[in-house]
Amino acid sequence: MRQLIATELRLLYRRKQELVNPLLFFVLVCSLFPLAVSPEVGALEQIAPGILWVAATLASMLSLDMLFRHDYDDGSLEQLTFSDRPLYLLMLVKIVCYWLMSGLPLVLVSPLLGLMLFLPFDAMPEMILSLLLGTPVLAMLGSVGAALTVSLRKGGVIVALLVLPLFMPVIIFGSSAVVAAAQGLPATGQLLWLAAFAVAGICLAPLATATAVRIAVSCD
Amino acid sequence: MKINWSWFHKWTSPKWFFQMSEAWLPWLTWLAISLISVAVVWGLAFAPPDYQQGNSFRIFYIHLPSAILAQSVFIFMAVAGLVSLVWRVKLADIFIKVAAPFGAAITLLALLTGAIWGKPTWGTWWIWDARLTSTLIQFFLYLGVIAIFAAMETVESAGRAASLACLVGVVNVPIIKFSVEWWNTLHQPATFTLTEKPAMPAEMWLPALIAIIGFYCLFGAVTFYKMQSEIIFRERRSRWVQERFNPDKTHVTSSEEN
Repeated sequence: MRQLIATELRLLYRRKQELVNPLLFFVLVCSLFPLAVSPEVGALEQIAPGILWVAATLASMLSLDMLFRHDYDDGSLEQLTFSDRPLYLLMLVKIVCYWLMSGLPLVLVSPLLGLMLFLPFDAMPEMILSLLLGTPVLAMLGSVGAALTVSLRKGGVIVALLVLPLFMPVIIFGSSAVVAAAQGLPATGQLLWLAAFAVAGICLAPLATATAVRIAVSCD
Repeated sequence: MKINWSWFHKWTSPKWFFQMSEAWLPWLTWLAISLISVAVVWGLAFAPPDYQQGNSFRIFYIHLPSAILAQSVFIFMAVAGLVSLVWRVKLADIFIKVAAPFGAAITLLALLTGAIWGKPTWGTWWIWDARLTSTLIQFFLYLGVIAIFAAMETVESAGRAASLACLVGVVNVPIIKFSVEWWNTLHQPATFTLTEKPAMPAEMWLPALIAIIGFYCLFGAVTFYKMQSEIIFRERRSRWVQERFNPDKTHVTSSEEN
């Protein structure tokens, strides 16, 4: 198991470009809003939580492809299904490693973007915390969609269609936590809900992902 | 206690289902047509007008049943998805494939009639109210299931993938509903809320009830009909389909076999 974690992390680390692209996308989308809406402080600080959360969601959706694509193409995903360890545990490992390499960097970049979008400084901890709790949920839910569509050559748009409706609760709680913090209100409730989603996602999503991987592998 | 499962095995056989549904289809169709027309005529022409909304409330007789079906069709699909994943029942896949477009259409109907009703009552076509938003998300969930069937190359993997998507979706529906309600109470829109429903007299709710049953019958009729054609397509090489729809040819082949 430890070996799988090490291999997984090393493999992800070696695909640097693929790791960087969603981050760049995140930064680019965030910098489009001042251009399109207004560069003024008053306008931006109001919509900053929403922009950050929508951009983070879209970026994590875009990075989903690297979760299973390579493993599916070179056949190692199929090998995993023959392992004598339960598949959902292996999937959990894969998703956690994937989050460490794609979700965590996103969280680390977000304060910078928060500054650029004039997010009130007091709301910064809540913003980081909400992303820290919310992006694992996105990774968990997204992994189901990624596994379902990995056998398709053009899975991109379908992943969006499958996964974005499921992301909505996370966006709602995530951005409302930041909004509340920006207005000086406590955001504990929203953050606790995100934590609950994360726990539920970690428990349930790998089961669904494992089933989806079996379907994807068996279909060719 | 030993449960008799033979009915289950019977129902899951495409051939048996085809024959059963063939017998049921005309009944369901006529039931649907008559119930819906009774409900629509009664609701549109004879039910008393609402004391606040006047005649504009009458779209309720289409809106309510379609909104109810928008939710329950997805639950049916999820149940079928469970049956398909656990017991590998082909019929359940076929049901999902056929029910998803119907569900999407009925959800769209609910949204459209809601918009038309909203204009005179609330003064706007659309508000980001909790119910409207979660119905919209429900619509997207249906579209996702349809997209899976369109994208997957083999029928079997499409069926299983769609089954899983239905199950994941149905687990998420209550979460989405709840969070949308939370979100809505956070940014409460200016004024628009549904006015407290007056206690309806029977002449008002009875047509609605008939319409709901009629819509369920319509769903049954449409699904049975479309499932039949899907079964014929998938089983086109099987003996019973050939014998049934191509009797001359099967005769030839069977004589050739002899």
